[in-house]
Amino acid sequence: MNDVLNNIIVPVLYLLSAVLFIFGLKGLTRVRSARRGNALAALAMLIAIVTTLLDLGVVDYQWIIAGLIIGGLIGGIAAIKVEMTSMPEMVALFNGFGGGASALVALSIVWKALIEPAFAGSAAEALGGASAVTAFLSILIGSITLTGSFVAFLKLSGKIGGQPTLLPARHVINGLFFLGCLAAGIYIGFFSTEPSTMVMGALVATAISLILGVLLVIPIGGADMPVIISFLNSLSGLAAAMTGFVLSNNVLIISGALVGASGLILTQIMCVAMNRTLSNVLFSGFGQEGGSADAGEYGTVRSYSPEEAAMVLETVESLVIVPGYGLAVAQAQHTVKELADLLQKRGVKVSYAIHPVAGRMPGHMNVLLAEADVPYEQLIEMDTINPEFKQTDAVLVVGANDVVNPAAEKDPTSPIAGMPVLQVWEAQSVMMIKRSLSPGFAGIKNELFEYDNNMMIFGDAKKVLQEIVSEVKSLIAAA
Amino acid sequence: MMGPLLVGIYVFVLACFVGFEIITKIPPTLHTPLMSGANAISGITLVGSIAAASSGEIIMSSILAFVAIIFATINVVGGFLVTDRMLGMFSKKKAKS
Repeated sequence: MNDVLNNIIVPVLYLLSAVLFIFGLKGLTRVRSARRGNALAALAMLIAIVTTLLDLGVVDYQWIIAGLIIGGLIGGIAAIKVEMTSMPEMVALFNGFGGGASALVALSIVWKALIEPAFAGSAAEALGGASAVTAFLSILIGSITLTGSFVAFLKLSGKIGGQPTLLPARHVINGLFFLGCLAAGIYIGFFSTEPSTMVMGALVATAISLILGVLLVIPIGGADMPVIISFLNSLSGLAAAMTGFVLSNNVLIISGALVGASGLILTQIMCVAMNRTLSNVLFSGFGQEGGSADAGEYGTVRSYSPEEAAMVLETVESLVIVPGYGLAVAQAQHTVKELADLLQKRGVKVSYAIHPVAGRMPGHMNVLLAEADVPYEQLIEMDTINPEFKQTDAVLVVGANDVVNPAAEKDPTSPIAGMPVLQVWEAQSVMMIKRSLSPGFAGIKNELFEYDNNMMIFGDAKKVLQEIVSEVKSLIAAA
Repeated sequence: MMGPLLVGIYVFVLACFVGFEIITKIPPTLHTPLMSGANAISGITLVGSIAAASSGEIIMSSILAFVAIIFATINVVGGFLVTDRMLGMFSKKKAKS
């Protein structure tokens, strides 16, 4: 009976789980099937967990059940309580826990196989060369994911500044740390002969990996967050796959590879949207040559009041709204929708132009506007909307800056030269709601502020929009 | 007969291709839910943590595995729930229009 269970039922159930993961992920790529896809993936996870318990047979379940309950409660409560606007940091945090778990499993295996039985020999002798290598990789990648995601979480939630923190000679420091970690890994893998040195080596490797995770994300500015979050997501998948190699568990290898691949594609999409390479994002510390504090003086900037903006809006026939991170910070998504509804009732054609890296995570604006019930048919991608700006009466930019900067196209010396941007300046008139003239995360001047067809409306996005809404309402009532 | 490592590498490489193939075209609307859903899937390492935590003794390896279970479960439960919440907003809108 046990033979049948272990040799047939368990592998078949694992296979079923892997197939469901693939279908689930495929479902997530279409709006229509996305929710079912997510549910399928959750079902796959449940099957994998039950199968693992079956495979273990009769063991001491108390720790397993306690862990599942504690983790389930924390994760569940956090997921239900979190505001939609805090979604980027929540995803980053969850991701870190996943990576950390992979590293912990690998460490647990090292302890169980080598240190606790006081094994006199290297990890390669106890686990086999391949498992020793993958266990080390699991510790390295998992730990980097843990602390890297945690720093990303702190940056996204504003607990530490979003500006890149650049240590002097950080490439040298990172390189030395990496080599040190590698040396510790090779030592425990192939040369350590005593449990005490093994403990030392494992702890050193883990500690350095944890530090590396911090050092990797600290120099990355807020605008690059969509890239780094996708990348960390990919890493957590790879860490899981490495754990799968150590345990010879194909479900782990398959799901880990799926996540690794999908994260990498998303990273690539985000990089293309900023006209940069991944290595450029990771190692360049954006904005350092542009100078972040002094972003240039501005000449004539027309500042308008919400009343004046409302008068413009009352006359337009088409309006494109460009949301940015400022919209998320001000939580103005509902007010934007209110304004759009008001104008649509008057026959104005309203659409939203979504830049791929607007916000702090891939698709951030889409989620935010979905929360306010904006139909996703109105959300237009950059390539589709750019040719339409010429026929657009007015553009309302809410809390976005770098993604509408004409310098990307017109100034070849600009740090963001070549980055695809929304060509809002082609429209009849542009209104920018912004708190001040301060530069965006790229830390560069935005010439759009000085354009003749641009007006600045200074203030908090939500407050300004509320005033515009009430002004438009009274204008309509008066007419 | 291939060794387990080689089988693992085969599986890994093929799964990477499957991943690339299904994800290549994805509407930007779904970037966040896809990322968050994939993130929940990476919590599959929970399976590894459970296997590692099967001894009842309070020793270092069990403690590490116990913490791993907590971490991975947070990732799994939180990840799937958050994704479902996000996707719920998309479908709510569809029902209306």
